[in-house]
Amino acid sequence: MNWFKQLFTRRRLYNDLSAEIQAHLDEKIDELVAAGVPRRDATAAARCEFGNATLIEEDSRDVWRWMSIENLFADARYGLRMLGRNPVFTVVGLLTIAIGIGANAAVFSVVNGVLLKPLNYPKAEELVSLHQTAPGAAGLADFENGLFLSPSMYFTYSEQNRTCRSLGVWDTGTANVTGLAEPEQVRTVEVSDGVLEALGVPPTVGRWLARADQIPRGHETVMLSYGYWQRHFAGDRSVIGRNLMVDSRPREIVGVMAQRFRFVDTEFDLIVPLAFDRGKLILAGFGYHGIARLKPRVTIAEANADITRMLPIWMDSWTNGPGTNPHFYETWKITPMIRPLKQEVIGNVSEVLWVVMGTIGLVMLIACANVTNLLLVRVESRQQELAVRAALGAGWGRIVRGLLVESVMLGLMGGVAGMGLAYAAVRFLADVGPANLPRLNEISIDARTLGFTLVNSVLSGLLFGLIPAFKYAGPRTSLELRSAGRTISASRERHRARNLLVIGQVAMALVLLVSAGLMIRTFQALRTVDPGFTDARHLQVMRISIPNLLIPEAERVARTQSEILDKLSAVPGVNSAGFVSGMPMEGLDSGWDCIFAQDKTYPDDVMPPLRLYKYISPGFLHTAGTRLIAGREFTWDEVYGLRPVVMISENLAREMWGSPSAAIGKQLREFSSMPWREVIGVIQDVRERGVQENAPPIVYWPPMMEYLFGAKAAETMRTETFLIRSERAGTESFLNEVRQAVWSVNSNLPLASVRTMQEVYDKSVARTSFTLVMLGIAGAMALALGIIGIYGVISYTVSQRKREIGIRLALGAQSGDVVSMVLRQGAKLALLGVCIGVAAAFALARLMTSLLFGVSAHDPLTFAAVAALLILVALIACYIPARRAMKVDPIVALRYE
Amino acid sequence: MKKAQPPQRDLFPGALEMMILRTLKRQPLHGYALVQHIKRTSNDLLQIEEGSLYPALQRLLKEDLVKAEWAVSSTNRRVRIYTLTLSGAKHLEREVSRFETMLEGITRVLARGES
Repeated sequence: MNWFKQLFTRRRLYNDLSAEIQAHLDEKIDELVAAGVPRRDATAAARCEFGNATLIEEDSRDVWRWMSIENLFADARYGLRMLGRNPVFTVVGLLTIAIGIGANAAVFSVVNGVLLKPLNYPKAEELVSLHQTAPGAAGLADFENGLFLSPSMYFTYSEQNRTCRSLGVWDTGTANVTGLAEPEQVRTVEVSDGVLEALGVPPTVGRWLARADQIPRGHETVMLSYGYWQRHFAGDRSVIGRNLMVDSRPREIVGVMAQRFRFVDTEFDLIVPLAFDRGKLILAGFGYHGIARLKPRVTIAEANADITRMLPIWMDSWTNGPGTNPHFYETWKITPMIRPLKQEVIGNVSEVLWVVMGTIGLVMLIACANVTNLLLVRVESRQQELAVRAALGAGWGRIVRGLLVESVMLGLMGGVAGMGLAYAAVRFLADVGPANLPRLNEISIDARTLGFTLVNSVLSGLLFGLIPAFKYAGPRTSLELRSAGRTISASRERHRARNLLVIGQVAMALVLLVSAGLMIRTFQALRTVDPGFTDARHLQVMRISIPNLLIPEAERVARTQSEILDKLSAVPGVNSAGFVSGMPMEGLDSGWDCIFAQDKTYPDDVMPPLRLYKYISPGFLHTAGTRLIAGREFTWDEVYGLRPVVMISENLAREMWGSPSAAIGKQLREFSSMPWREVIGVIQDVRERGVQENAPPIVYWPPMMEYLFGAKAAETMRTETFLIRSERAGTESFLNEVRQAVWSVNSNLPLASVRTMQEVYDKSVARTSFTLVMLGIAGAMALALGIIGIYGVISYTVSQRKREIGIRLALGAQSGDVVSMVLRQGAKLALLGVCIGVAAAFALARLMTSLLFGVSAHDPLTFAAVAALLILVALIACYIPARRAMKVDPIVALRYE
Repeated sequence: MKKAQPPQRDLFPGALEMMILRTLKRQPLHGYALVQHIKRTSNDLLQIEEGSLYPALQRLLKEDLVKAEWAVSSTNRRVRIYTLTLSGAKHLEREVSRFETMLEGITRVLARGES
């Protein structure tokens, strides 16, 4: 291949060619002149004989060219010149494209970072979450999380499986670390053997937790996260081997995880071994996430079959204690539903992101329609130029290519500007993104986003270039040489493309506005739901945990907790204080149990349904603003006296006894070995799982109770959410006083998850508000672009029809007639667009059903309001050019004819 | 609209190149003389646009079948003289024999059709 050499010698080649062709013509002319032809005729004859010299020269050059890329460059240079000559058009077009492409790039980078990129583990596609369902255990196994694994399940699965390279269970928790600076509550991940091996990310310093670390009552160890290591030990490598006081117990630091390591979807500070005591395990205790790395080429179906095979082995190998039937769990219909770990991490956010991506894609289409309109207008004014080029021998394809190259260049330039916007937008998205958006830290503008943007730029360039190019570069062009320059009223046909574009824009804008409208209605509906607490802004919540080693006796724990409440109530500005095992929407289930009522009979083989239970302190209801429907609440005397009392939620009362008042005085218990407890109060239903979820039936226990399995000891909840009702909630000075109040009781108690209930609430509706913000932005962009589109078309038509309007006015038309004529034209387009848009939105809205709450996807109010808004806005957009049309001076309009 | 058609359309692809090579085999010539010679020899039966010669010459140059040098002609003009190269001569031989085979085939079919 000597094309490389050619690349450099080509200029000489081309010069030779030009000189040669000129010499050819000269020789011919001289010959003719010598034969007696006059020089002028000779020149003409020579040229005629020779053919189109320019074209021939180009064809000759083409021989040397490499894949006609140079033609493209020539077109690009020409296109750039044309763009530069029309700066207003270029800037408006560029801005439109840049905003469209920027928004798309930003949303795509989120979709890519969250949904498309593989998880940040080696061979992440082999990682699975051991999800299982249990339709027979309603309540305990909910739809989203399914049935978690019990420790005994872990042992059976891990020892008997044939499909996994490694398998383990894990859970998240908190622990108090003391002895460093201030006591601190840290986020922990508890892992069994096999979990770190499965994830496969090597530690930065030290070693993983090994099998030896899982021996109960053995030498206790801990691993640090990279961030915790940096924060507390400034990255000191000699930290390995030192002890850390975790929950008042020394644990030896054996390793530090890598900086980029994230535990599935959770942030953490410490990794501690689970260290199950094998001898004490029973079948139950379904509280752990299962994770596994499949052997190479093992499918999920094979792994599911493997688990199905092991379930009977599990039931045969373990028991729940003497007298229980281990095969009782067959009624739960436990079914493995192993899914890729990525799906587990992403959760339910994928629908939201795809909906947002789709709407932003529509915005891009609307932007393209606007630019197409601009280009149409411009090509129309360039018809003369195009006709001249065609007359000079430029082929149809060449002109089309030129126009397309020009629009693709516009697209690419818009893309470059758009990337700048995208960088800013990604930062914005990270801020408004749902706080619980998984993999938020993995969102960045990477090669794939750049590739997507490049393709997007070129495609949109082609898209908005195609219509003008084919409309005006066609064979009719030669006619335009004659008619150009005359201002005749345009034929219907000439406006068809533009009108169609406007109709399309209005239709797409309507779809976007309807979806935004539905989200607004959803948000309104959410706001009206009583979540089960009031005035969240003035409700301070925080988690306080009292470890076993710090205060072993249950009663002292309860007294400490009560003392904390007293101190908190004494802080200036505090109305009241209380605690609960977990506030609604905090995502902390205390647990689930079968609840028996004394006045009901239960056949031997039928268990009553599982119920969610929580623990609440006296004073909790008043502090949270949760209403007491009937009866009364616990007293501290009842708590300390281990009195057999209980409270239940309103829906549970209605289900079991028909009405709240009927429930008062009834008896219930959780196990046959437990004492009956008297229902003393009924509490309003609370939206435990978030505003969008139905309120579950709940049993409320006092914070201290007799120990579960009969021993004559009391048991208390050691980790509680404390809440304080105060006007000062959330302020720094208030929090300082609160900390001092807690530490005045015990200086080793850290405060964790300190926030106002409003933050908890906002986080719980974050998915909805994120969708609302995104669709709102998309809808606003669509509306703005739509207005510009319709305004542009109407005002262009008015300027084209100046002469006609002048004639009409001269013939006696009233200015009102002219205005209504223009308005009618705009209204017709808007109406058509609205009709199409309503039909499209009707079909598409179903896609977002899962994101809606309290409003139908076909909500007539939203549809009507959006349609009315669009028509109104369209009329306003038309009114401005209509006013201009009214002011046309017939004399001026006609003078130039 | 005037549309420039490639003039070789009347000939089959490669015919012009073949004629150029054949002419240059006799003697090196410059472009103008080349086209006059072809026109003259064909008794003006072939309608060739003079310019169409140049893209063909460029193709031959590119494939090293001819080479070109600036020189001064007998009429004292600065012209570019084209000379057949060795590979050009071989190429011509191959093309001519292929053309003759093709022509023979076509002639036979046409003759059979008549009888």
